[in-house]
Amino acid sequence: MLVCSQARAADEIGIVYLGLDRAHHIASTDLDAPPAYPGLKGAQLAVADTNTTGRFTNQHFALEVINPPDPQTLEQDFTKALAAGKRLFVANLPAELLLKLADTKGAPGAVILDATTPDDRLRQADCRANMLHILPSRAMLADALMQYLVAKSWTRIMLLVGRDPADTLYADAIRHAAEKFQITIRADRPWRFNPAAQQADTGHYQVNDEVVKATQGVTYDILVVADEADNFGDELAYRTDTPRPVAGTQGLVPTAWSPAMDEYASTQLQTRFHREEGRWMTAEDYGGWLAVRAIGEAATRAATADPQKIIAYLHGPDFSVSGYKGPELTFRPWDGQLRQPILLSTDRSLVSISPQPGFLHQTNDLDSLGQDQPESTCHLP
Amino acid sequence: MPPTLKTKSFFASFFPKKEKSFFLGRKKQRTFALCSIAFVLCAITSPAFAYRIYVSNEKDNTVTVLDGATLNIVKTVDVGARPRGIVLSGDGKSLFICTSDADHIEVLDLASLKVIRVLPSNPDPEYMALSHDGKTLYVANEDNSQVSVLDVARGRIISEIPVGVEPEGMAVSPDDKTVICTSETTSMAHFIDVATHNVVASVLVGTRPRFAVFTKHGAQVWVSSEVAGTVAVIDAATHKIIKTLHFTLPEVPTAAIQAVGINLTSDGKYAFIDLGPANRVAVVDPKTFEIEKYLLVGQRVWHNAFSPDEKLLYTANGLSNDMSVIDVSGLSVTQSVPVGQSPWGVVVGP
Repeated sequence: MLVCSQARAADEIGIVYLGLDRAHHIASTDLDAPPAYPGLKGAQLAVADTNTTGRFTNQHFALEVINPPDPQTLEQDFTKALAAGKRLFVANLPAELLLKLADTKGAPGAVILDATTPDDRLRQADCRANMLHILPSRAMLADALMQYLVAKSWTRIMLLVGRDPADTLYADAIRHAAEKFQITIRADRPWRFNPAAQQADTGHYQVNDEVVKATQGVTYDILVVADEADNFGDELAYRTDTPRPVAGTQGLVPTAWSPAMDEYASTQLQTRFHREEGRWMTAEDYGGWLAVRAIGEAATRAATADPQKIIAYLHGPDFSVSGYKGPELTFRPWDGQLRQPILLSTDRSLVSISPQPGFLHQTNDLDSLGQDQPESTCHLP
Repeated sequence: MPPTLKTKSFFASFFPKKEKSFFLGRKKQRTFALCSIAFVLCAITSPAFAYRIYVSNEKDNTVTVLDGATLNIVKTVDVGARPRGIVLSGDGKSLFICTSDADHIEVLDLASLKVIRVLPSNPDPEYMALSHDGKTLYVANEDNSQVSVLDVARGRIISEIPVGVEPEGMAVSPDDKTVICTSETTSMAHFIDVATHNVVASVLVGTRPRFAVFTKHGAQVWVSSEVAGTVAVIDAATHKIIKTLHFTLPEVPTAAIQAVGINLTSDGKYAFIDLGPANRVAVVDPKTFEIEKYLLVGQRVWHNAFSPDEKLLYTANGLSNDMSVIDVSGLSVTQSVPVGQSPWGVVVGP
């Protein structure tokens, strides 16, 4: 609480955004233009939101953007930022690079909010005390989907796995979750067809044939696809041998955020983002937004601009942040993962939100998604 | 049962000084003899007045008008896009409606039940509060992080006050010196000085504060927080939180307990707090802050309003598309009445 403090200069809180200005991945459809600066745009909106609050708490948040094209420059810039006294980092980076940064000399006194990775190993064997994870892990996404399949009694799945390493990790998470929720995998097959074929003239005949072949001779309820890069997943629905819906990385997608989400006042956030950027908010943008909001919330609630106190509050028992998904979101103390409801959404429609009713947990129902404390291999002090 | 009255006596009957118009209906006199006697007796001991109930329906762009005595729908009025906050005018002759997606305020004439005027509001008006002289409307612009101050007679915005992100709850103090605005993403209750239009204090409350209301003489401000599921009771003079109310219902998930609308009886006996998707209204003793009871109502209960005699409380239930009726003295839910799609606000008037 604060009375008439406008006279005093606002306390400055610096947040550093770490990203890689990568070449856009070309997806299998030209319909969706690759979003410009995904992740960063969410972080920038959150800075604006948080500064509106800051007017009343006499805090001002500034976002310094480090977004070079190559990892080497990024590492150097990160070291410089640490030397300059920066302690609050929001990262939109791959797992390997994140670990390098977290292990940099001087980094233990900082916090890196991993805004986007889904890699389970960062929450498990490779977890770090100076890292917090904003978006759900693959295990959480897979559990969210499997819970829904249990709720629908669609308990027999077929798994089709792409050839990228990330697809293997996604498939592993699905396999683990299927076992956990007693879903039977009736077939587990790789997808090896050339993803460019669809664009060739008459390519749709070939694709249709390939999908029929890949899905023949199996009795299952729903086809689960692992194709994180959108190479072929959109070309499965309506082409399978027997008529079956598609879920996973395409079709019915478990995700942290979707433009189709309009519950829990999220319309306000969706509208704000669209007004600023002229496009809809992706899960990556949501990660950037939520990471900055987490720092802002900690600074507001702890009533401090001191990075060490903000970091302590982020890790402390009183921290929570609102993410427009219903409950207040908190970090799991054992692995630094932000607990959250997970949306099950198609491109145009929110289908459900997990945890599904009835999947209870002794302390927090949100912990029915992902690695729970007893099974975690990460035990942060 | 009182008969439906002609418009003129309607207004008259709403205001206590001209309390007079309880005559038995001509046609069904005999049928209703018993009830009518009961009603008259009741009216003698504590006056009740003919009134109507107005419910804004966010999703089908209508306001449902119900007769207070019969709970029959008198009319469903088409209004602009996404009607949410509704407030009765100072003279009781019209209803101000925040039509949020139409970006203005519509004025519904309660005699003709027609929209007769459109007032500017700046973008996305969600909720508003009226000064006690009826001259000034304070409007929360949810998308714009500001409060617009509207001169009702001139139909002009005379001031814009910057507040936190997603302002929603609005309240005017009984002495008209202070206006409260709650901002949802900023999680604050802003105290605005009416004389200078400056924010003089911003009180950090639970996450997503939705609604604010002053106690009868203005000593306290009660602020509900949707995501935190709490109500902060703030001392209006010192701006300090003197009590935070928490609600626990073993059979309801914590996330579903979302505090929204609040109303206090003028005798200071009860506070009724809508708990959103918990589908309950909490009954609180404002003196001890003890929670006395949870009343099961329709789904996602949003806002509530008393009948003029405060014997009944009406709640707008957003998901079950109905209005629940609560008997205040018996602390029980007596009825539910279907209204439009996604009922949001409820107001009682002539």
